[in-house]
Amino acid sequence: MSDIASRVKAIIVDKLGVDETEVTNEASFTNDLGADSLDTVELIMEFEKEFNIAIPDDQAENIGTVGDAIAYIEENAK
Amino acid sequence: MELKRVVVTGLGAFTPIGKTIDEYWNNLVQGVSGAAPITRFDATHFKSKFACEVKDYNPNDYFDRKEARKLDMFAQFAMIAAEQAFQDARIDTQAIDQDMAGVIWGAGIGGIITFLNETRSFVKNNEVPRFNPFFIPKMISDIAAGHISMKYGFRGPNYGTVSACASSTHAIGNAFDLIRLGKAKMFITGGSEAAINEAGVGGFNAMQAISTRNDDPTTASRPFDKGRDGFVMGEGAGSLVLEEYEHAVKRGAKIYCEVVGTGMTADAHHLTAPHPQGLGAQKVMANALKDGNIKPEEVDYINVHGTSTPLGDIAEPLAIQKVFGDHAYKLNISSTKSMTGHLLGAAGAVESIASILAIKNGIVPPTINHFEDDPEIDSKLNFTFNKAQERSVKVALSNTFGFGGHNASVVFKALD
Repeated sequence: MSDIASRVKAIIVDKLGVDETEVTNEASFTNDLGADSLDTVELIMEFEKEFNIAIPDDQAENIGTVGDAIAYIEENAK
Repeated sequence: MELKRVVVTGLGAFTPIGKTIDEYWNNLVQGVSGAAPITRFDATHFKSKFACEVKDYNPNDYFDRKEARKLDMFAQFAMIAAEQAFQDARIDTQAIDQDMAGVIWGAGIGGIITFLNETRSFVKNNEVPRFNPFFIPKMISDIAAGHISMKYGFRGPNYGTVSACASSTHAIGNAFDLIRLGKAKMFITGGSEAAINEAGVGGFNAMQAISTRNDDPTTASRPFDKGRDGFVMGEGAGSLVLEEYEHAVKRGAKIYCEVVGTGMTADAHHLTAPHPQGLGAQKVMANALKDGNIKPEEVDYINVHGTSTPLGDIAEPLAIQKVFGDHAYKLNISSTKSMTGHLLGAAGAVESIASILAIKNGIVPPTINHFEDDPEIDSKLNFTFNKAQERSVKVALSNTFGFGGHNASVVFKALD
């Protein structure tokens, strides 16, 4: 697992209170990991903080799974 | 329209002197003080360096991490006390009409810990607005009622009451009225507060409202004593299940006592100081008695507001003498704030519980820390100083008064 992937997953485990094994690349925040709309906003903010990036709202809407988040950050993190 | 009778069928307490009803009551009767040096933050530079905190509180003992993160401490305390009351009342949510079960919850301030933390990070981040999406729903003081309703599926009337230190008495009074009117069959009601942080202590210090007896915290809350110098901040929660009498009987519920009357008035006088003759306090007690069809002579015990402030502790006894006449000298009076500190928005709930347990157990908890009479307070009144007294209590009155001049009283009566 890449460094970015493990950091993304650590944030998800922490914020959503889920088990690490549930946080697969395919897992959807809302359908599989029990996040509501506010949780999702909080996750995006945590990613921004951790990786020092800004994720515009229209991009954030497309981040629905763990894999989406990792891919976006790998592409955009400095 | 015939009003329904209302009874108390469940209690919960999470306080500086006990985290269960039994522990709370035993420490009340034994006269235990909950005051100690502040542990929640570094109070070195504060005028008051002590408070009545809930001891050894760790949210992870009660909530999973995700849940705890979404609840300000005042809402955490609410959930803990409500769960105790819910369990005590042995409510089977499948067997009741959840559309007729509500939640009314008092908090004088609400999520001030959350507010301060979020404001701090805003300032730290050069005022770039990156507020947590849970900031508002953690902070707003009605949210405790919302959380409780979601946990138990109570879909009836649901809101918060805000009247500073009278908040949870207003909550109890509203719940009582709505059941009387037939608009609900039961309520989880009460109140909670968690304001022992830099903003809470610093703010009350600036008002010169709280005690600065830093060399002797456990004797600082000394209502009606000559040396009193302000209240001691407390925190925690109290919860009551109120229920329509017939409904309670039908499901075989344990009944503590009846709620018979409530009074609500305003001083309409000053932001923080009581009316010198306690006019609002007189009226609120008289209204509560009249509402409950109780004669003054029937009252055995008054759990007073008695915060240990210089002015408030003079006005309230004067009001009692006006309302009760000669009977004022025959009833027991006590301020349990001498032990718990002042739980602000939760005060009415935890003190109502003390009043209810006085009826149940035939014991009046004391006003501890009495050292010297104040010549401005009639020493012939029985303030139950320093030691609990055994007494058959049929009728108990609980008073609370809040900054803003809000007064609320509630009358409890042993079930006939």
